[in-house]
Amino acid sequence: MSRPFGQLPGWADYVLMPVLNLGVAFGISALVVLFIGESPWEALTTMLDGALGRGEGIGYTLFYATNFIFTGLAVSVAFHCGLFNIGGEGQAYIGGLGAALVALAFDQVLPWWLTAPIAILAAASFGAAWALIPAWLQATRGSHIVITTIMFNFIAAALMVYLLVNVLKVPGAMAPETRTFAAGGQLPKLGWLLELFGLKIGAAPFNVSFLIALVAAFGVWVLIWRTRFGYEIRATGISPSAAIYAGIPYVRLVVVTMLISGGLAGMMALNPVMGDAQRLQVEFVGGAGFVGIAVALMGRSHPLGIVFAAILFGVLYQGGAELAFWIPTISRDMIIVIQGLVILFAGALEHMFRPALVALFARAIPARAG
Amino acid sequence: MTQTAAAPPAIELVGIDKSFGQVHANRDINLAVAAGSIHGIIGENGAGKSTLMSILYGFYQADRGDILIGGQKTVIRDSAAAIAAGIGMVHQHFMLVENFTVLENVMLGAEGGATLARGTAAAREELKRIEREYGLDVDPDAVIEELPVGRQQRVEILKALFRGAEILILDEPTGVLTPAEADHLFRILKVLKEQGKTVILITHKLREIMAITDTVSVMRRGELVATRRTAETTVEELAELMVGRRVLLRVDKGPAAPREVRLGVENLTVRDGRGVTMVDDVSFAVRAGEIVGIAGVAGNGQSELLEAIAGIRRPASGTITLGGKSVGGLDPAALRRRGLAHVPEDRHHMGLVLPFEENENAILGYHGAPEYCRGPFLSLDAMRRDAKAKIEKYDIRPPNCRLRTANFSGGNQQKIVLAREIERDPDVLIIGQPTRGVDIGAIEFIHRRIVEMRDAGKAILLVSVELDEIRALADRILVMFAGRVVGEERPDCGEQTLGMMMAGVSGGQGASA
Ligand SMILES: Nc1ncnc2c1ncn2[C@@H]1O[C@H](COP(=O)(O)OP(=O)(O)OP(=O)(O)O)[C@@H](O)[C@H]1O
Ligand SMILES: [Mg+2]
Repeated sequence: MSRPFGQLPGWADYVLMPVLNLGVAFGISALVVLFIGESPWEALTTMLDGALGRGEGIGYTLFYATNFIFTGLAVSVAFHCGLFNIGGEGQAYIGGLGAALVALAFDQVLPWWLTAPIAILAAASFGAAWALIPAWLQATRGSHIVITTIMFNFIAAALMVYLLVNVLKVPGAMAPETRTFAAGGQLPKLGWLLELFGLKIGAAPFNVSFLIALVAAFGVWVLIWRTRFGYEIRATGISPSAAIYAGIPYVRLVVVTMLISGGLAGMMALNPVMGDAQRLQVEFVGGAGFVGIAVALMGRSHPLGIVFAAILFGVLYQGGAELAFWIPTISRDMIIVIQGLVILFAGALEHMFRPALVALFARAIPARAG
Repeated sequence: MTQTAAAPPAIELVGIDKSFGQVHANRDINLAVAAGSIHGIIGENGAGKSTLMSILYGFYQADRGDILIGGQKTVIRDSAAAIAAGIGMVHQHFMLVENFTVLENVMLGAEGGATLARGTAAAREELKRIEREYGLDVDPDAVIEELPVGRQQRVEILKALFRGAEILILDEPTGVLTPAEADHLFRILKVLKEQGKTVILITHKLREIMAITDTVSVMRRGELVATRRTAETTVEELAELMVGRRVLLRVDKGPAAPREVRLGVENLTVRDGRGVTMVDDVSFAVRAGEIVGIAGVAGNGQSELLEAIAGIRRPASGTITLGGKSVGGLDPAALRRRGLAHVPEDRHHMGLVLPFEENENAILGYHGAPEYCRGPFLSLDAMRRDAKAKIEKYDIRPPNCRLRTANFSGGNQQKIVLAREIERDPDVLIIGQPTRGVDIGAIEFIHRRIVEMRDAGKAILLVSVELDEIRALADRILVMFAGRVVGEERPDCGEQTLGMMMAGVSGGQGASA
């Protein structure tokens, strides 16, 4: 082909661009902080110290990152197939139901390491099931998956509140939540892992789910770049017409891809439900499904990029909480604004600086032949 | 036609050099094109023609060298700068907004003001003036996707002229045109030249070079090896300069020895998405050991016929048989397993996934075959080994199976598709436009492979808008017009007869089996 549109060297695409986006987001955040009369520098150091300064902070950061790895992977798998799965939020929520039901059933009879695999399966299949109908509608009817998955988020929220209030709630208790799981339904903390680095985990809920997330990330890499099915996903995502030519069955591919995506989102529930709260609560997903979109974009839909981007967002979440605690004029809402800016620049406006950067490189590189 | 000494050349390239990693695409190119002339550039696939033009149009920056426009040294950073310098480009693959009208496309990027109304009226006037002046003949209010390719291309030319282009670059403009459309294009180019515009024309068709250019340059492996006045050279000399050896401009083949029917099509009717009948009750058979050519002006149902046979488009009625068994309703993957291979007409749309690595595209459609898989995993070793063998055999350049397919030149992309389909050694091979954008050296090779396939007893169905190609390769020619097979001819029949039939004037021996 003779259509040489803006290509950047790999390192610029994968490192420089995200750093640039992040820099701009932080720059604007600094202005906001300045505007309310606080020192941006102090805010930044407070935030970084809170997220990375001590073992407990790191534990929290990685705990949040675990959520985002799962949801980021979920979004990226669908992305590769040209599908925009906005339903991670709902799929994770329903995945929590699967995990909780398994934990409630087995926590008093099985040790955690036997409950966990069943719970993983249950969380993944519940999440996948929640993606099935939007996938089916997209594949056979062309109903846009963005719309249907958003609708399914609302249905999931309503369904879960109904179940928690009317079915799963402990009789006589006030809170709409299940009973606390016994030890057999709890995922152990990873204190030992932090201790290897001389850190103390403290109260942080950093748990085994993190390792499961890393395994899932590796699995997604293998799936997309090393299997026949991943080849078909990529071909369909890039060129649907070439995929038809190649005889790749569209309906089956879309449905299975969305099941995998929903399954990954569902597995996210393991972390807060079995790793932290030890019970199923309303709204436990807390927006992680949506953050996953920004994480996938920033991580260029590559598992390694997603892990890094997820950790970055973990820092933002944990650091933001610390910031709100230590500098009272910076309220929680302010933190949400800052997180929003990062999502805006790293996610939605991710390619804003690309044309300028491409032009810059086109100008700077010729000097270096080859 | 040659303004010597007095006027500076419209374009002068001095020592242009460009590399992509290992690939040295342009080496120290020096070229001057006189104002008001038509200059041809020819060369093998991957010789660096498109790259050189992309540098001139600001898509790439040269590593070294200068560009002089009208004697002035000019730095062309991007296409906006190229347009400002009076350079317009008609791309090999059009860059039009499909669901915009002609007028809207032409105005795009030159809307002039927040409200469209004023700009639109002015643009319409200007557009009409340009159309009159150059005989372009397109309706400003037609929607692009409803125009035939020939007209879409004229819109590209209009766009360039609207932006004040004095120099027009056309990269393989006739690849997608019917002969009549190509003639029309050349008439337009001649008018442009008379009006003092400068034209650079890249093409693989030496006949076109001889017919229309004033001067011609030959590129080989990144170098500009010769520049000739067209009047003082011959097709043979140009071919030899391009390839570096003598080229057989004719296909060498013995008589066919057809055997049993391998591909049967009976009463096939195909409708497009809007329900318009594109293939109308067509019947024919292709036997083992013969090449059947389908001639016809593009858009007379050939594409739909190919797609129906390949399982991409579901026919409205009729039967298709492979080796005597009905294969109606089978998908492309199942058909491949039954020994059908398909070289699609449009390699970008169908034949290739451009961002894929070459070796990934080399198995597209066969990615489920056991030799490329280990269980659910792809065997990267097998894929790459296989891709390397094909690269060697088909002389695909650069010989790098890890390169993104988009970074191969157009002709080399076509070879990737051909290698993939032919090397599967299918029983039935259906081919659409096998040599579109392929250089003459490679055409020779591809034609030889197709004839070898025939001699090995394969059944081959060939669709091409190049009448010469059909006549050279086919053992029997079916002519399609308005969705019907209107006649069958032998390849040695007169071009006149075929031309009449293609235009819908019935002749030959009538519709046949
Ligand atoms: N963006 C790119 N990155 C890497 N290599 C490239 C890129 N663009 C072109 N090339 C290489 O540069 C060489 C010249 O390509 P170019 O497209 O200019 O050839 P061409 O003469 O136009 O060939 P064709 O007749 O097939 O269109 C080829 O080997 C091609 O693979
Ligand atoms: Mg080219």
